[in-house]
Amino acid sequence: MYTPHTQHDVEVMLKEIGAQKIEDLFREIPEKFRFPKLNLPEPLTEMEALLELEEISSANGTTNEMISFLGAGAYDHYVPAAVDMLLRRGEFYTAYTPYQPEVSQGTLQAIFEYQSLISVLTGMDVSNASHYDGATSAAEAVIMAFHSFRGKRNKFLISKAIHPQYREVIRTYMQGYENIRFVGDEAQINLYQDIENLISEIDQNTALVMVQYPDFFGRICDYREMVDVAHKHGALVAVAVNPIALGLFTPPGEFGADIVVGEGQPLGLPLSYGGPYLGIFATKKELVRKIAGRLVGETTDVEGNLAYVLTLTAREQHIRREKATSNICSNQGLMALASTIYLSLLGKQGLAQLSQLCYQKAHYAAEQISKLDGFELVYPNQPFFNEFLIRCPKPVSMINLAIEEHFIIGGYDVSKDYPEMKNCMLVAITEKISKEDIDTFCDVLHEVTND
Amino acid sequence: MEFPKDLKYQKTDEWVKIEDDIAVIGISDYAQDALSDVVFVEFEVEVGDQVAVGDTYATIESVKAASDVNIPVSGEVIEINDGLADSPEILNSDPYGEGWMIKVKIADLEELANLLDAESYEAYCNER
Repeated sequence: MYTPHTQHDVEVMLKEIGAQKIEDLFREIPEKFRFPKLNLPEPLTEMEALLELEEISSANGTTNEMISFLGAGAYDHYVPAAVDMLLRRGEFYTAYTPYQPEVSQGTLQAIFEYQSLISVLTGMDVSNASHYDGATSAAEAVIMAFHSFRGKRNKFLISKAIHPQYREVIRTYMQGYENIRFVGDEAQINLYQDIENLISEIDQNTALVMVQYPDFFGRICDYREMVDVAHKHGALVAVAVNPIALGLFTPPGEFGADIVVGEGQPLGLPLSYGGPYLGIFATKKELVRKIAGRLVGETTDVEGNLAYVLTLTAREQHIRREKATSNICSNQGLMALASTIYLSLLGKQGLAQLSQLCYQKAHYAAEQISKLDGFELVYPNQPFFNEFLIRCPKPVSMINLAIEEHFIIGGYDVSKDYPEMKNCMLVAITEKISKEDIDTFCDVLHEVTND
Repeated sequence: MEFPKDLKYQKTDEWVKIEDDIAVIGISDYAQDALSDVVFVEFEVEVGDQVAVGDTYATIESVKAASDVNIPVSGEVIEINDGLADSPEILNSDPYGEGWMIKVKIADLEELANLLDAESYEAYCNER
Protein backbone atom coordinates (compact mmCIF):
# COMPACT_ATOMS: atom_id res chain seq x y z
CA MET A 1 0.00 0.00 0.00
CA TYR A 2 1.14 3.52 -0.75
CA THR A 3 1.28 5.50 2.50
CA PRO A 4 2.72 8.93 1.86
CA HIS A 5 2.50 10.26 5.45
CA THR A 6 4.98 9.50 8.20
CA GLN A 7 3.85 9.38 11.81
CA HIS A 8 5.44 12.83 12.17
CA ASP A 9 3.44 14.22 9.21
CA VAL A 10 0.25 12.88 10.74
CA GLU A 11 1.01 14.48 14.12
CA VAL A 12 1.78 17.86 12.53
CA MET A 13 -1.44 17.78 10.54
CA LEU A 14 -3.57 16.70 13.51
CA LYS A 15 -2.07 19.48 15.62
CA GLU A 16 -2.75 22.02 12.87
CA ILE A 17 -6.45 21.20 12.75
CA GLY A 18 -6.77 20.76 16.49
CA ALA A 19 -7.48 17.03 16.60
CA GLN A 20 -5.92 14.57 19.03
CA LYS A 21 -6.07 11.45 16.95
CA ILE A 22 -7.30 10.32 13.53
CA GLU A 23 -10.43 8.73 15.05
CA ASP A 24 -11.53 12.26 16.04
CA LEU A 25 -12.06 13.02 12.35
CA PHE A 26 -14.89 10.48 12.28
CA ARG A 27 -16.79 11.96 15.23
CA GLU A 28 -19.66 13.03 12.92
CA ILE A 29 -20.43 9.37 12.20
CA PRO A 30 -22.61 7.86 14.96
CA GLU A 31 -20.47 5.64 17.13
CA LYS A 32 -22.36 2.43 16.44
CA PHE A 33 -21.56 2.76 12.72
CA ARG A 34 -17.87 3.48 13.13
CA PHE A 35 -16.52 0.02 13.73
CA PRO A 36 -19.43 -2.28 13.01
CA LYS A 37 -19.10 -5.97 13.82
CA LEU A 38 -19.24 -7.78 10.51
CA ASN A 39 -21.10 -11.06 10.37
CA LEU A 40 -18.50 -13.03 8.41
CA PRO A 41 -17.95 -16.77 8.14
CA GLU A 42 -14.74 -18.41 9.34
CA PRO A 43 -11.67 -17.74 7.18
CA LEU A 44 -11.02 -20.12 4.27
CA THR A 45 -7.86 -21.18 2.48
CA GLU A 46 -7.45 -20.01 -1.11
CA MET A 47 -8.36 -23.49 -2.34
CA GLU A 48 -11.50 -23.66 -0.21
CA ALA A 49 -12.56 -20.14 -1.17
CA LEU A 50 -12.17 -20.93 -4.87
CA LEU A 51 -14.28 -24.07 -4.56
CA GLU A 52 -17.01 -22.19 -2.73
CA LEU A 53 -17.07 -19.36 -5.27
CA GLU A 54 -17.14 -21.80 -8.18
CA GLU A 55 -20.07 -23.58 -6.59
CA ILE A 56 -21.95 -20.30 -6.26
CA SER A 57 -21.17 -19.18 -9.82
CA SER A 58 -22.16 -22.53 -11.30
CA ALA A 59 -25.76 -21.63 -10.42
CA ASN A 60 -25.65 -18.89 -13.07
CA GLY A 61 -26.82 -19.57 -16.57
CA THR A 62 -24.45 -18.16 -19.19
CA THR A 63 -24.60 -17.67 -22.92
CA ASN A 64 -21.84 -20.30 -23.24
CA GLU A 65 -24.13 -23.19 -22.43
CA MET A 66 -27.52 -21.60 -23.14
CA ILE A 67 -28.99 -20.18 -26.34
CA SER A 68 -29.77 -16.53 -25.70
CA PHE A 69 -32.46 -14.45 -27.36
CA LEU A 70 -31.98 -11.62 -24.89
CA GLY A 71 -30.79 -8.23 -26.16
CA ALA A 72 -32.49 -4.95 -25.20
CA GLY A 73 -29.32 -2.89 -25.36
CA ALA A 74 -26.57 -5.49 -24.87
CA TYR A 75 -25.91 -8.16 -27.51
CA ASP A 76 -24.21 -11.52 -27.45
CA HIS A 77 -21.96 -11.25 -30.50
CA TYR A 78 -18.97 -13.48 -31.04
CA VAL A 79 -15.73 -11.86 -29.85
CA PRO A 80 -12.66 -13.07 -31.78
CA ALA A 81 -9.85 -14.35 -29.55
CA ALA A 82 -7.45 -11.76 -30.96
CA VAL A 83 -9.39 -8.98 -29.22
CA ASP A 84 -8.66 -10.24 -25.73
CA MET A 85 -5.14 -11.31 -26.64
CA LEU A 86 -4.15 -7.82 -27.77
CA LEU A 87 -6.19 -6.08 -25.10
CA ARG A 88 -4.41 -7.83 -22.26
CA ARG A 89 -0.95 -6.78 -23.34
CA GLY A 90 0.72 -5.01 -20.43
CA GLU A 91 1.38 -1.89 -22.51
CA PHE A 92 -2.35 -1.30 -22.89
CA TYR A 93 -3.72 -2.72 -19.69
CA THR A 94 -5.17 0.30 -17.99
CA ALA A 95 -8.74 1.54 -18.09
CA TYR A 96 -7.78 5.21 -18.19
CA THR A 97 -6.05 7.67 -20.38
CA PRO A 98 -2.79 8.38 -18.59
CA TYR A 99 -2.48 11.52 -16.51
CA GLN A 100 0.55 12.55 -18.51
CA PRO A 101 -1.00 11.45 -21.79
CA GLU A 102 1.69 12.41 -24.29
CA VAL A 103 4.19 9.95 -22.84
CA SER A 104 1.78 7.14 -23.77
CA GLN A 105 1.85 7.43 -27.53
CA GLY A 106 0.49 3.91 -28.06
CA THR A 107 -2.59 4.60 -25.95
CA LEU A 108 -3.18 7.92 -27.68
CA GLN A 109 -2.78 6.34 -31.11
CA ALA A 110 -5.32 3.65 -30.19
CA ILE A 111 -7.80 6.32 -29.06
CA PHE A 112 -7.15 8.32 -32.23
CA GLU A 113 -7.93 5.26 -34.33
CA TYR A 114 -11.02 4.55 -32.25
CA GLN A 115 -12.24 8.12 -32.86
CA SER A 116 -11.56 7.79 -36.59
CA LEU A 117 -13.49 4.50 -36.85
CA ILE A 118 -16.46 5.86 -34.89
CA SER A 119 -16.55 9.02 -37.02
CA VAL A 120 -16.70 6.96 -40.22
CA LEU A 121 -19.23 4.49 -38.80
CA THR A 122 -21.63 7.19 -37.59
CA GLY A 123 -21.05 9.56 -40.51
CA MET A 124 -20.03 12.38 -38.18
CA ASP A 125 -17.07 14.80 -38.24
CA VAL A 126 -15.66 13.99 -34.85
CA SER A 127 -15.88 11.43 -32.04
CA ASN A 128 -14.60 11.84 -28.52
CA ALA A 129 -12.48 9.28 -26.73
CA SER A 130 -15.68 7.65 -25.30
CA HIS A 131 -17.87 7.64 -22.21
CA TYR A 132 -18.91 4.94 -19.74
CA ASP A 133 -21.79 3.43 -21.70
CA GLY A 134 -24.65 4.21 -24.05
CA ALA A 135 -26.79 5.68 -21.28
CA THR A 136 -24.19 8.15 -20.02
CA SER A 137 -23.37 9.18 -23.59
CA ALA A 138 -27.06 9.91 -24.11
CA ALA A 139 -27.06 12.05 -20.95
CA GLU A 140 -23.97 13.93 -22.18
CA ALA A 141 -25.85 14.71 -25.41
CA VAL A 142 -28.57 16.37 -23.35
CA ILE A 143 -26.00 18.35 -21.36
CA MET A 144 -24.29 19.43 -24.57
CA ALA A 145 -27.57 20.60 -26.09
CA PHE A 146 -28.43 22.50 -22.91
CA HIS A 147 -25.13 24.40 -22.99
CA SER A 148 -25.12 25.03 -26.70
CA PHE A 149 -28.24 27.14 -26.19
CA ARG A 150 -26.73 28.55 -22.98
CA GLY A 151 -29.75 27.35 -21.07
CA LYS A 152 -32.13 29.52 -23.10
CA ARG A 153 -34.05 26.57 -24.53
CA ASN A 154 -35.45 24.27 -21.91
CA LYS A 155 -37.52 21.66 -23.74
CA PHE A 156 -35.93 18.29 -24.45
CA LEU A 157 -37.85 15.82 -26.58
CA ILE A 158 -36.95 12.28 -25.63
CA SER A 159 -38.59 9.53 -27.65
CA LYS A 160 -40.51 6.93 -25.68
CA ALA A 161 -38.82 4.30 -27.87
CA ILE A 162 -35.40 5.14 -26.37
CA HIS A 163 -34.05 2.51 -23.98
CA PRO A 164 -35.85 3.02 -20.64
CA GLN A 165 -32.55 2.92 -18.73
CA TYR A 166 -31.07 5.63 -20.96
CA ARG A 167 -34.07 7.83 -20.16
CA GLU A 168 -33.62 7.14 -16.48
CA VAL A 169 -29.90 8.00 -16.57
CA ILE A 170 -30.65 11.20 -18.53
CA ARG A 171 -33.07 12.29 -15.79
CA THR A 172 -30.56 11.41 -13.09
CA TYR A 173 -27.79 13.41 -14.78
CA MET A 174 -30.09 16.40 -15.29
CA GLN A 175 -31.71 16.49 -11.86
CA GLY A 176 -29.65 19.49 -10.75
CA TYR A 177 -30.69 21.60 -13.74
CA GLU A 178 -33.57 23.93 -13.03
CA ASN A 179 -36.52 24.65 -15.30
CA ILE A 180 -35.85 22.00 -17.89
CA ARG A 181 -38.60 19.80 -19.25
CA PHE A 182 -38.55 16.36 -20.79
CA VAL A 183 -41.35 15.72 -23.23
CA GLY A 184 -42.13 12.79 -25.51
CA ASP A 185 -42.04 9.68 -23.35
CA GLU A 186 -45.24 10.09 -21.35
CA ALA A 187 -47.16 6.93 -20.47
CA GLN A 188 -50.15 7.73 -22.69
CA ILE A 189 -48.11 8.13 -25.90
CA ASN A 190 -49.06 5.64 -28.59
CA LEU A 191 -45.96 3.88 -29.88
CA TYR A 192 -47.48 3.49 -33.34
CA GLN A 193 -47.34 7.30 -33.66
CA ASP A 194 -44.40 8.26 -31.48
CA ILE A 195 -42.45 10.08 -34.21
CA GLU A 196 -45.49 12.09 -35.36
CA ASN A 197 -45.95 13.03 -31.74
CA LEU A 198 -42.32 14.18 -31.42
CA ILE A 199 -42.64 16.26 -34.58
CA SER A 200 -45.77 17.98 -33.27
CA GLU A 201 -43.93 18.91 -30.06
CA ILE A 202 -40.94 20.61 -31.74
CA ASP A 203 -40.97 24.38 -31.17
CA GLN A 204 -38.66 27.38 -30.77
CA ASN A 205 -37.99 26.39 -27.18
CA THR A 206 -36.81 22.89 -28.10
CA ALA A 207 -33.11 22.32 -27.50
CA LEU A 208 -32.86 18.67 -28.49
CA VAL A 209 -34.82 15.86 -30.07
CA MET A 210 -33.45 12.44 -29.20
CA VAL A 211 -34.39 9.17 -30.86
CA GLN A 212 -32.91 5.68 -31.04
CA TYR A 213 -31.87 3.82 -34.23
CA PRO A 214 -32.79 1.00 -34.25
CA ASP A 215 -35.15 1.98 -31.46
CA PHE A 216 -35.63 0.02 -28.23
CA PHE A 217 -38.11 -2.27 -30.02
CA GLY A 218 -35.68 -2.95 -32.85
CA ARG A 219 -37.54 -0.76 -35.33
CA ILE A 220 -35.73 1.14 -38.05
CA CYS A 221 -37.65 4.38 -38.54
CA ASP A 222 -37.26 7.11 -41.12
CA TYR A 223 -36.30 10.20 -39.14
CA ARG A 224 -35.66 12.55 -42.08
CA GLU A 225 -38.84 14.57 -41.73
CA MET A 226 -38.34 14.87 -37.97
CA VAL A 227 -34.75 16.07 -38.47
CA ASP A 228 -35.95 18.70 -40.98
CA VAL A 229 -38.60 20.04 -38.63
CA ALA A 230 -36.13 20.11 -35.73
CA HIS A 231 -33.55 22.02 -37.76
CA LYS A 232 -36.17 24.48 -39.03
CA HIS A 233 -36.80 25.33 -35.38
CA GLY A 234 -33.09 25.56 -34.64
CA ALA A 235 -33.12 22.47 -32.42
CA LEU A 236 -30.41 19.82 -32.30
CA VAL A 237 -31.02 16.15 -33.08
CA ALA A 238 -29.34 13.30 -31.24
CA VAL A 239 -29.55 9.69 -32.38
CA ALA A 240 -28.66 6.74 -30.14
CA VAL A 241 -27.38 3.86 -32.24
CA ASN A 242 -26.49 0.21 -32.17
CA PRO A 243 -23.14 0.45 -34.02
CA ILE A 244 -23.51 -2.99 -35.63
CA ALA A 245 -26.68 -1.81 -37.39
CA LEU A 246 -24.64 0.91 -39.10
CA GLY A 247 -22.91 -1.78 -41.15
CA LEU A 248 -26.19 -2.09 -43.03
CA PHE A 249 -28.26 1.05 -42.50
CA THR A 250 -27.64 4.70 -43.40
CA PRO A 251 -25.49 6.31 -40.69
CA PRO A 252 -27.26 9.13 -38.79
CA GLY A 253 -24.69 11.64 -40.04
CA GLU A 254 -26.17 11.15 -43.50
CA PHE A 255 -29.69 12.00 -42.44
CA GLY A 256 -28.77 15.10 -40.50
CA ALA A 257 -28.06 14.06 -36.90
CA ASP A 258 -26.11 16.65 -34.91
CA ILE A 259 -25.06 14.18 -32.22
CA VAL A 260 -24.71 10.40 -32.38
CA VAL A 261 -24.45 8.41 -29.17
CA GLY A 262 -24.58 4.70 -28.63
CA GLU A 263 -23.69 1.61 -26.71
CA GLY A 264 -20.35 0.29 -27.95
CA GLN A 265 -20.70 -3.10 -26.24
CA PRO A 266 -21.69 -4.94 -29.45
CA LEU A 267 -18.27 -4.00 -30.89
CA GLY A 268 -16.26 -6.81 -29.35
CA LEU A 269 -17.09 -6.44 -25.66
CA PRO A 270 -18.47 -9.40 -23.72
CA LEU A 271 -21.84 -9.11 -21.96
CA SER A 272 -20.05 -9.34 -18.57
CA TYR A 273 -23.21 -8.96 -16.52
CA GLY A 274 -23.62 -5.34 -17.64
CA GLY A 275 -20.20 -3.81 -17.81
CA PRO A 276 -17.68 -2.35 -18.35
CA TYR A 277 -19.23 -1.09 -21.56
CA LEU A 278 -18.43 1.74 -23.92
CA GLY A 279 -20.22 5.04 -24.57
CA ILE A 280 -20.02 6.23 -28.15
CA PHE A 281 -20.25 9.99 -28.66
CA ALA A 282 -19.83 11.71 -32.02
CA THR A 283 -20.86 15.10 -33.31
CA LYS A 284 -20.42 17.75 -35.97
CA LYS A 285 -17.45 20.06 -36.20
CA GLU A 286 -19.56 23.10 -35.25
CA LEU A 287 -20.23 21.56 -31.84
CA VAL A 288 -16.74 20.28 -31.12
CA ARG A 289 -16.03 22.90 -28.42
CA LYS A 290 -19.06 21.66 -26.49
CA ILE A 291 -18.05 18.01 -26.55
CA ALA A 292 -17.44 16.40 -23.16
CA GLY A 293 -14.48 14.22 -22.43
CA ARG A 294 -11.38 14.39 -24.55
CA LEU A 295 -10.21 14.30 -28.13
CA VAL A 296 -6.92 12.89 -29.31
CA GLY A 297 -5.33 14.45 -32.38
CA GLU A 298 -2.52 13.57 -34.75
CA THR A 299 0.33 16.02 -35.25
CA THR A 300 4.10 16.15 -35.69
CA ASP A 301 6.71 16.83 -33.02
CA VAL A 302 9.57 19.35 -33.27
CA GLU A 303 11.60 16.84 -35.27
CA GLY A 304 8.77 16.22 -37.72
CA ASN A 305 7.85 12.78 -36.38
CA LEU A 306 4.25 11.63 -36.26
CA ALA A 307 2.87 12.20 -32.77
CA TYR A 308 -0.44 12.02 -30.91
CA VAL A 309 -1.64 14.60 -28.40
CA LEU A 310 -4.68 15.44 -26.32
CA THR A 311 -5.96 18.07 -28.73
CA LEU A 312 -9.07 19.18 -26.94
CA THR A 313 -10.42 18.82 -23.44
CA ALA A 314 -12.62 21.89 -23.67
CA ARG A 315 -15.17 20.88 -21.03
CA GLU A 316 -12.97 19.21 -18.46
CA GLN A 317 -12.49 20.29 -14.89
CA HIS A 318 -8.75 20.77 -15.02
CA ILE A 319 -9.17 23.50 -17.62
CA ARG A 320 -12.69 24.77 -16.87
CA ARG A 321 -12.58 24.40 -13.08
CA GLU A 322 -16.04 25.22 -11.70
CA LYS A 323 -17.23 26.10 -15.21
CA ALA A 324 -16.77 22.54 -16.45
CA THR A 325 -19.99 21.27 -18.01
CA SER A 326 -19.25 17.60 -17.52
CA ASN A 327 -17.48 15.59 -14.88
CA ILE A 328 -16.02 13.29 -17.50
CA CYS A 329 -12.25 13.69 -17.62
CA SER A 330 -11.36 10.25 -18.78
CA ASN A 331 -12.66 7.61 -21.13
CA GLN A 332 -13.23 3.90 -21.36
CA GLY A 333 -9.73 3.47 -22.76
CA LEU A 334 -9.54 -0.30 -22.58
CA MET A 335 -13.06 -0.82 -23.94
CA ALA A 336 -12.44 1.71 -26.72
CA LEU A 337 -9.32 -0.26 -27.61
CA ALA A 338 -11.29 -3.53 -27.66
CA SER A 339 -13.81 -2.06 -30.09
CA THR A 340 -10.99 -0.65 -32.24
CA ILE A 341 -9.38 -4.07 -32.49
CA TYR A 342 -12.76 -5.67 -33.19
CA LEU A 343 -13.64 -3.22 -35.97
CA SER A 344 -10.15 -3.53 -37.47
CA LEU A 345 -10.43 -7.33 -37.51
CA LEU A 346 -13.84 -7.22 -39.17
CA GLY A 347 -13.02 -4.51 -41.66
CA LYS A 348 -15.60 -2.65 -43.69
CA GLN A 349 -16.81 -5.74 -45.56
CA GLY A 350 -16.80 -7.88 -42.45
CA LEU A 351 -18.99 -5.45 -40.55
CA ALA A 352 -21.41 -5.26 -43.47
CA GLN A 353 -21.57 -9.07 -43.62
CA LEU A 354 -22.09 -9.32 -39.88
CA SER A 355 -24.95 -6.80 -40.02
CA GLN A 356 -26.55 -8.72 -42.88
CA LEU A 357 -26.26 -12.03 -41.02
CA CYS A 358 -27.97 -10.57 -37.95
CA TYR A 359 -30.62 -8.94 -40.11
CA GLN A 360 -31.43 -12.06 -42.11
CA LYS A 361 -31.46 -14.44 -39.16
CA ALA A 362 -33.67 -12.05 -37.20
CA HIS A 363 -36.10 -11.86 -40.10
CA TYR A 364 -36.20 -15.64 -40.38
CA ALA A 365 -36.87 -15.85 -36.63
CA ALA A 366 -39.62 -13.22 -36.78
CA GLU A 367 -41.30 -15.06 -39.64
CA GLN A 368 -41.14 -18.44 -37.91
CA ILE A 369 -42.24 -17.25 -34.47
CA SER A 370 -45.15 -15.26 -35.86
CA LYS A 371 -46.46 -18.45 -37.50
CA LEU A 372 -46.88 -20.08 -34.07
CA ASP A 373 -50.37 -20.20 -32.55
CA GLY A 374 -51.01 -17.11 -30.46
CA PHE A 375 -47.79 -15.28 -31.43
CA GLU A 376 -47.84 -12.12 -33.56
CA LEU A 377 -45.47 -9.32 -34.45
CA VAL A 378 -46.39 -6.07 -32.68
CA TYR A 379 -45.07 -3.92 -35.56
CA PRO A 380 -45.59 -6.14 -38.60
CA ASN A 381 -45.06 -3.45 -41.23
CA GLN A 382 -42.01 -1.84 -39.71
CA PRO A 383 -38.45 -2.48 -40.94
CA PHE A 384 -36.23 -3.85 -38.19
CA PHE A 385 -32.63 -4.89 -37.68
CA ASN A 386 -31.76 -7.75 -35.33
CA GLU A 387 -34.48 -7.37 -32.76
CA PHE A 388 -38.26 -7.46 -32.89
CA LEU A 389 -41.25 -7.30 -30.57
CA ILE A 390 -43.58 -10.27 -30.45
CA ARG A 391 -46.89 -10.57 -28.62
CA CYS A 392 -47.15 -13.93 -26.87
CA PRO A 393 -50.21 -15.87 -25.73
CA LYS A 394 -48.95 -15.91 -22.12
CA PRO A 395 -46.97 -13.56 -19.86
CA VAL A 396 -43.33 -13.37 -20.92
CA SER A 397 -42.11 -14.03 -17.39
CA MET A 398 -43.96 -17.37 -17.37
CA ILE A 399 -42.68 -18.36 -20.81
CA ASN A 400 -39.10 -17.46 -19.93
CA LEU A 401 -39.22 -19.51 -16.76
CA ALA A 402 -40.52 -22.54 -18.66
CA ILE A 403 -37.99 -22.37 -21.52
CA GLU A 404 -35.05 -22.05 -19.13
CA GLU A 405 -35.33 -25.81 -18.59
CA HIS A 406 -34.55 -26.22 -22.30
CA PHE A 407 -31.36 -24.18 -21.87
CA ILE A 408 -32.85 -21.17 -23.61
CA ILE A 409 -32.69 -17.60 -22.35
CA GLY A 410 -35.85 -15.93 -23.62
CA GLY A 411 -36.25 -12.40 -24.91
CA TYR A 412 -36.73 -9.27 -22.82
CA ASP A 413 -40.06 -8.79 -21.05
CA VAL A 414 -40.94 -5.23 -22.07
CA SER A 415 -44.02 -5.11 -19.84
CA LYS A 416 -41.59 -4.30 -17.00
CA ASP A 417 -40.96 -0.89 -18.59
CA TYR A 418 -44.10 -0.49 -20.71
CA PRO A 419 -47.02 -1.83 -18.67
CA GLU A 420 -49.38 -1.39 -21.63
CA MET A 421 -47.38 -4.01 -23.53
CA LYS A 422 -48.64 -7.07 -21.77
CA ASN A 423 -47.19 -10.38 -22.98
CA CYS A 424 -44.71 -8.64 -25.30
CA MET A 425 -41.27 -10.18 -25.74
CA LEU A 426 -38.32 -8.40 -27.36
CA VAL A 427 -36.35 -11.06 -29.23
CA ALA A 428 -32.72 -10.39 -30.23
CA ILE A 429 -30.75 -12.41 -32.77
CA THR A 430 -27.02 -12.29 -33.36
CA GLU A 431 -24.74 -14.22 -35.69
CA LYS A 432 -24.20 -16.74 -32.86
CA ILE A 433 -27.78 -17.99 -33.26
CA SER A 434 -28.11 -20.69 -35.91
CA LYS A 435 -31.16 -21.65 -37.93
CA GLU A 436 -31.41 -24.79 -35.79
CA ASP A 437 -31.37 -22.65 -32.64
CA ILE A 438 -34.27 -20.59 -34.02
CA ASP A 439 -36.22 -23.71 -34.95
CA THR A 440 -35.62 -25.16 -31.48
CA PHE A 441 -36.77 -21.87 -29.95
CA CYS A 442 -39.99 -22.05 -31.98
CA ASP A 443 -40.63 -25.67 -30.94
CA VAL A 444 -40.08 -24.84 -27.29
CA LEU A 445 -42.23 -21.69 -27.46
CA HIS A 446 -45.01 -23.76 -29.00
CA GLU A 447 -44.63 -26.47 -26.37
CA VAL A 448 -44.67 -24.18 -23.32
CA THR A 449 -47.66 -22.16 -24.54
CA ASN A 450 -49.83 -25.11 -25.52
CA ASP A 451 -50.00 -27.27 -22.43
CA MET B 1 2.92 46.43 -19.28
CA GLU B 2 0.68 49.09 -20.78
CA PHE B 3 -2.12 51.05 -19.12
CA PRO B 4 -3.45 53.49 -21.75
CA LYS B 5 -4.52 56.77 -20.15
CA ASP B 6 -7.67 57.24 -22.22
CA LEU B 7 -9.31 54.08 -20.91
CA LYS B 8 -11.27 53.22 -17.76
CA TYR B 9 -10.75 49.93 -15.94
CA GLN B 10 -12.43 47.66 -13.44
CA LYS B 11 -10.78 45.45 -10.86
CA THR B 12 -11.70 42.25 -12.70
CA ASP B 13 -9.29 43.45 -15.45
CA GLU B 14 -11.59 44.68 -18.19
CA TRP B 15 -11.06 48.03 -19.89
CA VAL B 16 -13.67 50.43 -21.29
CA LYS B 17 -13.23 53.02 -23.98
CA ILE B 18 -16.00 55.62 -24.12
CA GLU B 19 -17.07 56.78 -27.57
CA ASP B 20 -20.06 59.08 -26.92
CA ASP B 21 -22.69 56.72 -25.47
CA ILE B 22 -20.94 53.56 -26.67
CA ALA B 23 -18.58 51.57 -24.45
CA VAL B 24 -15.95 49.46 -26.23
CA ILE B 25 -14.89 46.69 -23.85
CA GLY B 26 -11.88 44.38 -23.73
CA ILE B 27 -9.37 42.83 -21.34
CA SER B 28 -6.29 44.58 -20.03
CA ASP B 29 -2.66 43.91 -20.83
CA TYR B 30 -2.31 42.66 -17.26
CA ALA B 31 -5.16 40.17 -17.84
CA GLN B 32 -3.80 38.77 -21.11
CA ASP B 33 -0.37 38.39 -19.53
CA ALA B 34 -1.81 36.54 -16.53
CA LEU B 35 -3.91 34.27 -18.75
CA SER B 36 -0.99 33.44 -21.06
CA ASP B 37 -1.76 32.05 -24.54
CA VAL B 38 -5.47 32.44 -25.29
CA VAL B 39 -6.83 29.53 -27.32
CA PHE B 40 -10.55 30.16 -27.41
CA VAL B 41 -13.13 32.85 -26.72
CA GLU B 42 -16.71 31.85 -26.05
CA PHE B 43 -19.23 34.69 -25.92
CA GLU B 44 -22.07 34.28 -23.44
CA VAL B 45 -24.14 37.15 -24.86
CA GLU B 46 -25.62 38.07 -28.22
CA VAL B 47 -26.21 41.39 -29.98
CA GLY B 48 -29.41 42.86 -28.55
CA ASP B 49 -28.97 41.38 -25.05
CA GLN B 50 -29.39 43.70 -22.07
CA VAL B 51 -26.41 43.37 -19.76
CA ALA B 52 -25.64 44.73 -16.29
CA VAL B 53 -22.40 45.45 -14.44
CA GLY B 54 -20.81 42.20 -13.30
CA ASP B 55 -22.56 39.94 -15.84
CA THR B 56 -20.31 37.42 -17.53
CA TYR B 57 -20.16 38.28 -21.21
CA ALA B 58 -17.55 35.77 -22.32
CA THR B 59 -15.29 32.97 -21.17
CA ILE B 60 -11.69 33.12 -22.25
CA GLU B 61 -9.80 29.88 -22.42
CA SER B 62 -6.05 29.91 -22.25
CA VAL B 63 -3.61 27.05 -22.06
CA LYS B 64 -3.76 27.54 -18.28
CA ALA B 65 -7.41 27.98 -17.41
CA ALA B 66 -10.84 29.23 -18.42
CA SER B 67 -11.78 32.65 -17.04
CA ASP B 68 -14.96 34.67 -17.11
CA VAL B 69 -14.87 38.28 -18.19
CA ASN B 70 -17.42 40.71 -16.85
CA ILE B 71 -19.46 43.66 -18.01
CA PRO B 72 -18.14 47.00 -16.64
CA VAL B 73 -21.10 49.20 -17.74
CA SER B 74 -24.78 48.33 -18.11
CA GLY B 75 -26.60 48.62 -21.41
CA GLU B 76 -27.41 46.85 -24.66
CA VAL B 77 -24.89 44.75 -26.57
CA ILE B 78 -24.60 46.28 -30.05
CA GLU B 79 -21.56 44.52 -31.50
CA ILE B 80 -19.38 41.50 -30.84
CA ASN B 81 -15.85 41.06 -32.20
CA ASP B 82 -16.39 37.98 -34.38
CA GLY B 83 -12.75 37.95 -35.42
CA LEU B 84 -11.80 36.51 -32.03
CA ALA B 85 -13.44 33.19 -32.87
CA ASP B 86 -10.83 32.43 -35.52
CA SER B 87 -7.92 34.39 -34.06
CA PRO B 88 -8.20 34.36 -30.25
CA GLU B 89 -4.46 35.11 -30.04
CA ILE B 90 -5.26 38.75 -30.89
CA LEU B 91 -6.22 39.10 -27.22
CA ASN B 92 -2.56 38.51 -26.39
CA SER B 93 -0.97 40.53 -29.18
CA ASP B 94 -3.23 43.58 -29.19
CA PRO B 95 -5.55 43.64 -26.16
CA TYR B 96 -6.38 47.34 -26.45
CA GLY B 97 -6.82 47.48 -30.24
CA GLU B 98 -7.83 44.59 -32.51
CA GLY B 99 -8.54 42.56 -29.38
CA TRP B 100 -11.61 44.57 -28.31
CA MET B 101 -14.41 42.17 -27.38
CA ILE B 102 -17.84 43.80 -27.32
CA LYS B 103 -19.56 47.17 -27.69
CA VAL B 104 -22.35 48.21 -25.32
CA LYS B 105 -24.76 51.12 -25.71
CA ILE B 106 -24.45 52.67 -22.27
CA ALA B 107 -27.70 52.84 -20.29
CA ASP B 108 -26.47 55.07 -17.46
CA LEU B 109 -23.41 57.29 -17.95
CA GLU B 110 -23.18 57.86 -14.18
CA GLU B 111 -22.05 54.26 -13.71
CA LEU B 112 -18.73 55.23 -15.32
CA ALA B 113 -17.80 57.02 -12.11
CA ASN B 114 -17.37 53.61 -10.46
CA LEU B 115 -14.53 52.63 -12.82
CA LEU B 116 -10.82 53.16 -12.16
CA ASP B 117 -8.60 55.49 -14.16
CA ALA B 118 -5.35 54.20 -15.65
CA GLU B 119 -3.23 55.38 -12.74
CA SER B 120 -5.38 53.74 -10.05
CA TYR B 121 -5.67 50.52 -12.04
CA GLU B 122 -1.90 50.38 -12.56
CA ALA B 123 -1.35 50.91 -8.86
CA TYR B 124 -3.91 48.15 -8.13
CA CYS B 125 -2.11 45.76 -10.50
CA ASN B 126 1.26 46.52 -8.96
CA GLU B 127 -0.05 45.58 -5.53
CA ARG B 128 -1.13 42.12 -6.70
